[in-house]
Amino acid sequence: MIAVVDYGAGNVTSVQRALERLGHDCVVTGDSAVVESAERVIVPGVGHFGATTALVVSGLSEVIGRRIAERTPVLGICLGMQWLFEASDEDLGLTGLGAFPGRCRAFPADVKSPQVGWDQLRITAPSRLLRGLPSGTYAYFTHGYYAPLVGETVARCDHGAPHTAVVERGNLFGTQFHPENSGEAGLAMLENFCSC
Amino acid sequence: MLTKRIVACLDVDGGRVVKGVSFRDLRDAGDPVELACRHSDSGADEIVLLDISATRRGRDTALEVVRRAGRELFIPFTAGGGIGSLQQAAAVIEAGADKVAVNSAALADLALIAAIAARFGSQAVVVAVDAKRRGDGDGWDVWSAGGTQPTGRDALEWVKEAEERGAGEILLTSMDCDGRKAGFDCELTARVADAVRTPVIASGGAGAAEHFGRVFREGHADAALAASIFHYGIESLEYLKRFLKSQGIPVRLPC
Repeated sequence: MIAVVDYGAGNVTSVQRALERLGHDCVVTGDSAVVESAERVIVPGVGHFGATTALVVSGLSEVIGRRIAERTPVLGICLGMQWLFEASDEDLGLTGLGAFPGRCRAFPADVKSPQVGWDQLRITAPSRLLRGLPSGTYAYFTHGYYAPLVGETVARCDHGAPHTAVVERGNLFGTQFHPENSGEAGLAMLENFCSC
Repeated sequence: MLTKRIVACLDVDGGRVVKGVSFRDLRDAGDPVELACRHSDSGADEIVLLDISATRRGRDTALEVVRRAGRELFIPFTAGGGIGSLQQAAAVIEAGADKVAVNSAALADLALIAAIAARFGSQAVVVAVDAKRRGDGDGWDVWSAGGTQPTGRDALEWVKEAEERGAGEILLTSMDCDGRKAGFDCELTARVADAVRTPVIASGGAGAAEHFGRVFREGHADAALAASIFHYGIESLEYLKRFLKSQGIPVRLPC
């Protein structure tokens, strides 16, 4: 069973529908006990970095951190991925989980923001999440802040500034884009996550 | 490079697509979900389901359409038409829409955009603006209630305000060009796109592939929307995207 963590940060229905389409049992939950016992955990989220404060207040942050340490497969999507980094300029009063180094930044002033639309992934390292997908695969993004390139970046984009599109270390994965909205390629990535 | 989006819009009345259909071997040509999936398979980057039902019962049916579309569509889709409150916006998002389009209600209740953005994020709020050139030819006014009522608001001022209030995208329809199939209003679109940082979806007037090329180049649009052009098969989506690519415009191809 996959726990899709609901912490009040936007819409989780699309993620749930995609997993259902793939035939995987999932539950949308804000309950720490459910996240504690799930086989896999997805941390979705859209909107403001400040929304992640709910993860800390509810104790979910601690549980998710523990699950990552236990090597449970965990996938952060969009804001859920940014939260895996140390911090974000969007809300400097908060810290992220710090599973990956660095701070998320706003796009430079000379580009459209938020970035909304389909961009091509430049795959830079072997990835289990992207297994079977070629570099150049299109994915659907919507974000006003971006995560830096780090040693664990496996795919990047260059809208406005080079940034992490997919980050991966062991069983911990993050996508800046929305696999649930990225057509067949996105479904393939979710299937890869569900079978890792 | 971020690609320019082609958005297919379906007008839905009482749960049925209003405009005609050209796809062959479609089981039910009037079913918005089946048609939306076909557009998605053909290369649409995004779908808009616009409920034009005038009755309560029709609107309830529309919610069911959104729910079904949410189960079948795995590209972004926006639900709009008659969304008048945070509660109604929440209902369509919870039914599975990725974004909601608000128009007249955002003009009537200036707090609505911020309220939806606070709950679902700005990326979920598309502010639809119906703009018409003023009689004296100088600038554009915003019209509400499906383009039937002048608001006296300047279109450029309104889109800037909508952005400040939390709009994640602007869906800009030129009332002057809508339905004429003679091309988008590139002048209006460029003025709006240059006035805001949020992406602008151009709408109204699509009739040929070249119209899309022009609104991306000259209108600075981030996305372009068309409805009937796709239903009647004047251009297939694949043809359109190949054409745009040949013009040097970045598009998602192959999808």
